[in-house]
Amino acid sequence: MPSETLHLDGHIIDSLTLSKVLDIILRDGGQYRITRFQMGATRADISHAEIVVSAPDAATLENILHLVQQHGATRAGGEARTEPAPADGVFPEGFYATTNLETAVRVQGRWLPVENIEMDCGLVLTGSGEQAVARCVPMHRVREGDRIVIGDEGVRVTPVERPDPTDVFGFMGSEVSTERPKERVVAAIAQAMQEARAAGQKALFVGGPAILHTGAGCYLEAIIRAGWIDVLFAGNALAAHDIERALFGTSLGVELATGSAVAHGHEHHLRAINRIRAAGGIRQAVEKGILRTGIMHACVTNNVPFVLAGSIRDDGPLPDVITDSVKAQDAMREGVRGVGIALMVATTLHSVATGNLLPASVRTVCVDSDPDTVIKLMDRGTHQAFGLVTDCEFFLKELAARLPGVKL
Amino acid sequence: MSRSPLLNLSAKAPEAQTAIHPAPLSAQSDGQSAQARPARLLMCAPTAYALKYEINPWMKMENKPDLDLAARQWNALYHVLTEQVGAQVELVAQAPECPDMVFTANAGLVRGQYVLLSNFRHPQRQVEEPYFRAWFEAHGYKVQLPSVGCKFEGEGDALFAGDLLLAGYLKRSDICAHRWMSEALALPVLSLELIDDRWYHLDTCLFPLTADTVVYYPGAFDPYARVVIANNFQTIEVCQEEALRFACNAVVIGQSVVLPAGCPRLTRELESQGYTVYSIDLSEFLKAGGAAKCLTLFLR
Repeated sequence: MPSETLHLDGHIIDSLTLSKVLDIILRDGGQYRITRFQMGATRADISHAEIVVSAPDAATLENILHLVQQHGATRAGGEARTEPAPADGVFPEGFYATTNLETAVRVQGRWLPVENIEMDCGLVLTGSGEQAVARCVPMHRVREGDRIVIGDEGVRVTPVERPDPTDVFGFMGSEVSTERPKERVVAAIAQAMQEARAAGQKALFVGGPAILHTGAGCYLEAIIRAGWIDVLFAGNALAAHDIERALFGTSLGVELATGSAVAHGHEHHLRAINRIRAAGGIRQAVEKGILRTGIMHACVTNNVPFVLAGSIRDDGPLPDVITDSVKAQDAMREGVRGVGIALMVATTLHSVATGNLLPASVRTVCVDSDPDTVIKLMDRGTHQAFGLVTDCEFFLKELAARLPGVKL
Repeated sequence: MSRSPLLNLSAKAPEAQTAIHPAPLSAQSDGQSAQARPARLLMCAPTAYALKYEINPWMKMENKPDLDLAARQWNALYHVLTEQVGAQVELVAQAPECPDMVFTANAGLVRGQYVLLSNFRHPQRQVEEPYFRAWFEAHGYKVQLPSVGCKFEGEGDALFAGDLLLAGYLKRSDICAHRWMSEALALPVLSLELIDDRWYHLDTCLFPLTADTVVYYPGAFDPYARVVIANNFQTIEVCQEEALRFACNAVVIGQSVVLPAGCPRLTRELESQGYTVYSIDLSEFLKAGGAAKCLTLFLR
């Protein structure tokens, strides 16, 4: 239940202002609790009251706050303060560092919701009056003179609400455990994906190359072809081994059909990367008929945007890989807009990178055979992540079976 | 033009303006000696009075005041106050771009050597602030300003009932000004919410007759304010008909009450209690939403 602390000062007893304010709170659907009261010692002295107002929803609360404000009730905590950024890419000292929780900034008495919240950024204010806007800004994107919020006064974060017990994610909690009824969990995830779609939200898939190595590439491909994934984040490896599978039937030189190593198989992924480089890119390889199957083929033919972020040990890399990590971050930042559910499967690096960009309101599932991956993700602030410790092949196979319309 | 009573008066005005005034420190003296002195008021001769905008329901561009008549009415008020009631009236010159500057009650609130200056709600009247400030500074007052976001319209919304301040809010002044006044003057303030645009200032719908008695029009106040008034004062209620003629916009000095014409019921009531009532036709100022009280500010 949203609440706000108010201060009311003055001759609030003799003037009946306190009675009036409390009456308004109740009349307009709120509740109050007087958390502090100091009576003026003499008739000339003013009295102080601290009142916590709560209401069933934010709109009711806002209406009450608006009404009582004109009778002198002021919100505890003042306005957000800003200072200009001293240079491009530099926040002023004492800048407010964001969390991934829903955040609002108080400007001229109004709470402005922060757009595109993500953790470990700053807050920039633009415009004024009715046009005032608060945005989340990563450090490298700040420009000299931008009005950056300083300190935490006038900044409000809303903790993630306890999950509704009837919610499919509700029963799962968010602690990491290997001891879960996995099929039931995967069924819940499939249901959550369907709910997200019904709510007009996007599904993001973040994957590592183990998906290919374990032979689960075909399941992910089928899920993409059935339209269940709206955005794909990965690195060079997932794409390279997927293309290796498409061109040579192997992953890291191991024949997926038989499970046996193929002579000179360790070169396959290099030859695959080379062919895509020769074609000019993954899309071009699809268009030229070089790449005819696989996850990346499914993305291109289903118009699923993908961001391939490079790392220091990449072979090649594929021409589509963004090797400037700041640019890759920005591309991922654009990619997470509108995402309601994120599946992170078999990758520590990309899961943590994506977790950094996601608002806490995004349902986040992390699947890995190593509990450490999920722990790392949560330790780095993605507390909303639900961890499922299992092999990715099992997970994707089960998910493909539970999502409507997936053809294997 | 020189026959205009207003200009005749203006000829006298510079004398008053250039006179060296004693610092108003004396107003800090005890009540008895203060009572012995004549009341001091600030007024502004209507040399640039006009209706140039609409910022209250009384102002209608199609109902402009007759300026010659306005000047005669103002002169009549001035003469009653100075000659019949025995008040000492100071004058501030009207700035040409401030048509409402004649309503000096809204310049601020004076107590002793302090003036709490106004911070007008409407930009049309904010232009008056530097002129009033200059006058107060030139006359030795210590000027205090409300915070930028806190609107305050002086004696228009703050009236003394003895050592208690009655203060109106919501229409023109903000309630935050009440706390500021209370702290600046170390006095209790009763906050009264105004609910009808026609009585947009407290002094349009209430006047303290004594420290214990107020005259007011209940319809201008919210139910809480009515209870506050009833809890703290003996009351004389004004009927709506006379409230619409600004019966409550009255100047009380001792046993004299100066109020706008057309308020026979209140006049009879006050006379029955031993007051001397002076009714003055202020029709041309009512067209801007002001009458006797709006045209005067107590300097005390």
